[in-house]
Amino acid sequence: MNYSPPAIDYVAIAPMIVIFGAAIVSVLVEAFTPRSVRRYLQLLIVFGSLIAAAALIVINASTRVVTAGQAIVIDGPALVLQGAIVIIALLGAALMAERSIDSVGDAFASRVSSLPGSEEEKQFTQRGYLQTEIWPLTLFAVLGMMLFVTSNDLLIMFIGLEIMSLPLYLMTGMARRRRLLSQEAALKYFLLGAFSSAFFLYGAALVYGYAGSITFPEIAQTVTSKPGESLVLMIGLGMVLIGLLFKVGAVPFHQWVPDVYQGAPTAVTGFMAATVKIAAFGALLRILYVAFGGVRWDWEPIIWIIATLTMLVGSILAVVQSDIKRMLAYSSVAQAGFILIGVAAASAAGIASTMFYLIAYGFTTIGAFAIITMVRDAGGEATNLATWSGIGRKSPVVASAFAVFMLALAGIPLTSGFVGKFGVFAAAIEAGMVWLVIVGVVASLIAAFFYVRVIVVMFFAQPTDQTASVVVPSAFTTVALAAGAAVTVILGVVPQPVLDLVANADVFIR
Amino acid sequence: MSAFPWLTTLGLLPLIGSIVVALLPKSKPTLAKQVSLVVSGAVLALTIAMALQFDGASTQPFQFVESYPWIPSFGISYSVGVDGIGLVLIALAATLVPIVILAGWRDIEGDQESEGSVKGYFALILALEALMIGVFAATDVFLFYVFFEVMLIPVYFMIGRYGGPQRSYAAIKFLLYSLLGGLFMLASLIGLYVVSARELGSGTFDFLSLVGLEMDPNTQKMLFLGFFFAFAIKAPLWPFHTWLPDAAAQSKPGTSVLLIGVLDKVGTFGMIRYCLPIFPAASEFYAPVVIGMALIGIFYGAYVALTAQDMRRLFAYSSMSHFGFIALGIFVFTSSGQSGSVVYMVAHGLSTAALFLTAGFLMSRRRDSALIADYGGVNKVAPVLAGFFLVAALSSLALPGLVSFVGEFLVLLGAFERYLWVGALGTLGIVITAAYVLRLYQKSMTGPANPSIEGMTDLKGREITALVPIAALSITLGLYPAPLLNVINPAVDWTMNTISAVDPEPVVSSDGSQP
Repeated sequence: MNYSPPAIDYVAIAPMIVIFGAAIVSVLVEAFTPRSVRRYLQLLIVFGSLIAAAALIVINASTRVVTAGQAIVIDGPALVLQGAIVIIALLGAALMAERSIDSVGDAFASRVSSLPGSEEEKQFTQRGYLQTEIWPLTLFAVLGMMLFVTSNDLLIMFIGLEIMSLPLYLMTGMARRRRLLSQEAALKYFLLGAFSSAFFLYGAALVYGYAGSITFPEIAQTVTSKPGESLVLMIGLGMVLIGLLFKVGAVPFHQWVPDVYQGAPTAVTGFMAATVKIAAFGALLRILYVAFGGVRWDWEPIIWIIATLTMLVGSILAVVQSDIKRMLAYSSVAQAGFILIGVAAASAAGIASTMFYLIAYGFTTIGAFAIITMVRDAGGEATNLATWSGIGRKSPVVASAFAVFMLALAGIPLTSGFVGKFGVFAAAIEAGMVWLVIVGVVASLIAAFFYVRVIVVMFFAQPTDQTASVVVPSAFTTVALAAGAAVTVILGVVPQPVLDLVANADVFIR
Repeated sequence: MSAFPWLTTLGLLPLIGSIVVALLPKSKPTLAKQVSLVVSGAVLALTIAMALQFDGASTQPFQFVESYPWIPSFGISYSVGVDGIGLVLIALAATLVPIVILAGWRDIEGDQESEGSVKGYFALILALEALMIGVFAATDVFLFYVFFEVMLIPVYFMIGRYGGPQRSYAAIKFLLYSLLGGLFMLASLIGLYVVSARELGSGTFDFLSLVGLEMDPNTQKMLFLGFFFAFAIKAPLWPFHTWLPDAAAQSKPGTSVLLIGVLDKVGTFGMIRYCLPIFPAASEFYAPVVIGMALIGIFYGAYVALTAQDMRRLFAYSSMSHFGFIALGIFVFTSSGQSGSVVYMVAHGLSTAALFLTAGFLMSRRRDSALIADYGGVNKVAPVLAGFFLVAALSSLALPGLVSFVGEFLVLLGAFERYLWVGALGTLGIVITAAYVLRLYQKSMTGPANPSIEGMTDLKGREITALVPIAALSITLGLYPAPLLNVINPAVDWTMNTISAVDPEPVVSSDGSQP
């Protein structure tokens, strides 16, 4: 039997190759270079490769190609989402690179392998060990995300999913403080994540059984040409959806979100909250629109129900949280619901508005978590909402920035969150889903309550003995925070360039 | 038409002023106040200059028009312009802001309850002024919505940081109520955009393009409800009023004046500007419901005011009753009713300002108590204060010769022209108004002097300076309302033509003289 290797368009996938190469080099640096230079080398590799990847994506901007034997597709949505992932990962990496906030060093455990509370751990901390293992993991996670949004078949999508997820499980468990919480979160994330991956894989197998192919275009062809309903297809699709909806944190697959967001080091939380959402929604959009566009009447109601549940449950549970990281976790669940409205619209406007929302949400989220890393008391980060009381009086600038992020998440005009919400609501009404939008409106109001509550606590309440203080960070966090705030405001006031960008990239190619 | 960007300048001036004030050092509160006063004075001067350029005979629906694309993807533009209604409401805002600044000169310092800085309060007032001008000037519905929503933020901080003991609760109640309305309006707004995209080829938010848009009746009704709901909360009409008394009772007098005197007018302004011309059929369909709500509001508000113990709550409920009149005038679809409503908006702004400010001066002399029972016989110790209080009270009950009478009379006339019984019921409302206003005056100002007010000082120069312009305007426009009506009537006629409503005979003469 003749085997001819598939032709690969190396230029089109150059951004991924760069990140992949950098990740490998990063592992080697970790293994073979002396401790003293590791950090500098790693930072050089990470920031250098991310910037290079971003530049290559820009250079590739007009590329529309299916390559690697139909396995990978580089089209408008893929480029936009890859670009967003890479740029937001840059900001996330800046948060992780911060070393002047925590007096002990950085936010990560000196030796992740040491037992929490053990003598060994104490010694490592006393000797001031700082680790740099986070960097290769970050690069692999970014690579997974980039592959996730460009995959054109079920298997590559699964591989992307795993490359993205495995490093994130580890990164979740690396917190320096409250290590038990962090490790518990990591284990929970890993177990549930593995479970959901299994769902995805089993679903993929069923879909293959039905369609006889794993590539999206061929699945699409079979789906539209085979007459009649198919139970195998529906079960397969359902299971694939479970795997993806787990990653976006949609109800009822959201249970991991609060624990993981709370337990993970805050810089990692910010990084993954922003980028995983982009990647997973990118994959969800592609699989639904490209492979299963022919049965949209079957999956649309499911997305409606999931979106409704996600918005309402996320918003309502966020109201009762007293920990700011958990609150933002439930908020991210609610936001996933709003984004699902755009997905449900099943139109070009739906794709464009979903992408805009993801970009806006990513920058706002990074900024918000950047501030959480800075608000500290003796025990480390002060995440209890009560300790934020009166912070607006002590540090008005930082508190105002946080207020901007909260207003953006609440969708107040002149912030990016409003334009995002407007876009998905408009797409949904155009598609005739008035009721979904009304649910969205009600959920927005509930959500506004807890976003505004943070502002109340920061500005209206008196500072108490327990009020945390805001630590002045180094340039890393400052830049990430400033970029997050700037994009949040700019996308709210002059969104047109980015709207044009997503509107010119709203077509999936096959 | 002058090419000078009047409205943009008018909006930018207080905005820049607000930023300047916010950046002043905290140690110089007086400088912050002076700068605020100068800026608001300049805005007023500019407004007057603009008003003098306004062409009452123009056939264009809007004057001082500016338009630039903003977010072309969604058909959104930065478009501003005013008709007569927008102009008088901008003028109302521009008049009240310097008065509020002057009257609130000492409201913030020495106040243990508030924690915000002095400059912060005045910066917020100026920011709010910019947004108020924007909301009345916007001719792009989306732009209007943006101002409508963003306006909440300074008010929220004004209540929440500078109010009374329950300020946080009042602020969040206000915010959530308003946001709820705003979000429903947003849903309608998007719906309107989608309809316009379907009808006109490309979606737009330009007000004039949206007027006369073909819509099927059901869509129109749904979209109308979204808008109306937001406006009814803002105004507020019964039964969406519960946030108002709390907000009024917890705010500084200046905040209350701007909130009830100007901001709430955005609700009634929105009804006449957006609900009627864009959704004429739906407006007609829902008119009986709105009129019912208005009548209930008139009586319910007046009844609660009759039993209120707290002066500020009394004013809030009385405002609710007055908003009933304003909404009534709008939804009877007669030109006299609508002209009357607009005059009433101005009049109510003035009388609310007079009431809240005078009451504020009174309360500042007695440890901030707002209980009516804590006062009595004030006219013996502080006759000037009592005098201004009387003028304010009489303006509230619409005594002939004061501008509120012109508004109320025209509204009732309009109501009578359309539905006899509505007019008759509305007239009954006046009687209760007279009862609670006079009861308030009698209990607090006349009779034997309450021991607790002994040694109360009378109004001082600054306080009198703040009140005189309001009283003067009330009386002047009451005796000679023609300038006001000449500006308002063309705008009302335009609205009436747009919704092809015809006045029942006889029509009130449009030269403004009272029959």
